[in-house]
Amino acid sequence: MTRVCVLDYGSGNVRSVYNLFAALSASVVVSSTPSDIADASHVVLPGVGAFGAAMQKMCHALPLDDLRDAVLVKRKPFLGICVGMQVLATQGDEFGSYAGLGWIPGTVRRVDHGSLPLPHIGWNNIVCQHPSPLLAGLEHEPDFYFVHSYAFWADDPRHMVATTEYGENFCSVLQRDNLFGVQFHPEKSQRAGLQLAKNFLSYP
Amino acid sequence: MKKARVIPVLLLRNGWLVQTRQFRRYQHLGNPVTAVERLSEWAADELIYLDITQDDGYDTGRSDLGHPNRQSFFEIIDDVSRAALMPITVGGRIRSLRDIENRLARGADKVCINTKALAEPVFIEQAAKEFGTQCLVLSIDVKVTGAQRCVMAEGGTRATEWEPEQWACEVERLGAGEIFLNAIDRDGMKTGYDLDLLATVSTAVTIPVIACGGVGDWAHFAEALERTRVDAVAAANIFHYSDQSVVLAKRYLCERGLNIRPPDVLTGFLAA
Repeated sequence: MTRVCVLDYGSGNVRSVYNLFAALSASVVVSSTPSDIADASHVVLPGVGAFGAAMQKMCHALPLDDLRDAVLVKRKPFLGICVGMQVLATQGDEFGSYAGLGWIPGTVRRVDHGSLPLPHIGWNNIVCQHPSPLLAGLEHEPDFYFVHSYAFWADDPRHMVATTEYGENFCSVLQRDNLFGVQFHPEKSQRAGLQLAKNFLSYP
Repeated sequence: MKKARVIPVLLLRNGWLVQTRQFRRYQHLGNPVTAVERLSEWAADELIYLDITQDDGYDTGRSDLGHPNRQSFFEIIDDVSRAALMPITVGGRIRSLRDIENRLARGADKVCINTKALAEPVFIEQAAKEFGTQCLVLSIDVKVTGAQRCVMAEGGTRATEWEPEQWACEVERLGAGEIFLNAIDRDGMKTGYDLDLLATVSTAVTIPVIACGGVGDWAHFAEALERTRVDAVAAANIFHYSDQSVVLAKRYLCERGLNIRPPDVLTGFLAA
């Protein structure tokens, strides 16, 4: 049975992420306990704010060993949103250098925005680079809602399954096996966000 | 490519959705949550939700309306964030960092600040440090007095020393993420935006400017997007009077070749 655990570590708009999956009639729990992670079929890590602060809060509030077991050993589908995606990296360079979870090799750095304002706030389209089950059934180059200044550069370009242009092309959708990450906010992206969430729930 | 945004504004007064004209003359439009459900179905890019209640009285029984609204503003934000899978900016009566925190915790993505920032500019800096510039929208209300434009505080009732572009640059420097620019004289007049004001402010700053005040026709949105550097076009009244207003506005702007997110209708999705 599909049961979503939205990880609560005191960061991010947990309520909106809950609303997204609830709108799909999924069974959703907002939690940080080992038993809820163990019972979940799908795990979602939301997040807003800076990389270092998010990592610090996660280390403090989440049972990381249980999470690793669920996601890397039991291979439950995992979706990181915004900073929740960025912390999958080996390292993040926002307000100093911080170690990430390192589940997908890569680094997080500021978007080279040229003359455009940062943060990058608003609706922007993604361009699919490699097929991914997360992007099934979406329109051609769909728009999603972004709010961020930093982005993920994966060491292996095949992990960057979609990109978005804002001054430069950055990775907007990330996938390595059962690990997914999105730089935008599906919970704020209406039809496209719902479709993406639905795709995530139908994985594998 | 990033899109220009079309943003409906909802004004809440004593718990009811209202229409205004030059920041006065309030007319009731009905339930604040059903309006959001509609705008959500019509796939608005974002919503701005402003509480313009002047006293502390949350309406608890307008006999002429027959169905008193007993919800508090926070309960309304709860319902609004549940109904809207889109970014929501909440403003009005924000006087402390705690007020911001409360609104963000209830599902607001950004907050809109005005009077407090004018009274105490350092508040912008503190708020930016605490919550990030991305969630700080500075509302600037402007009134024409003689040959000059003047920034107004306290819901348009008190004049300040600031000229709009001067104050806009200052709030950007202090950490505002966006500017919500309102022309009080145009509010509810349907004569179009104050394009000079929009042009002056949007070229003075690099942060996004949201235009508001005066829209009476979809073409007014296009004028602002074509002739000034604003990042978003907002309006209140015009979105509440026609069925599928947002869809119609977007269809018009798309046909005019503007770079916006195409129209969509999301029926059935948001039943929960």
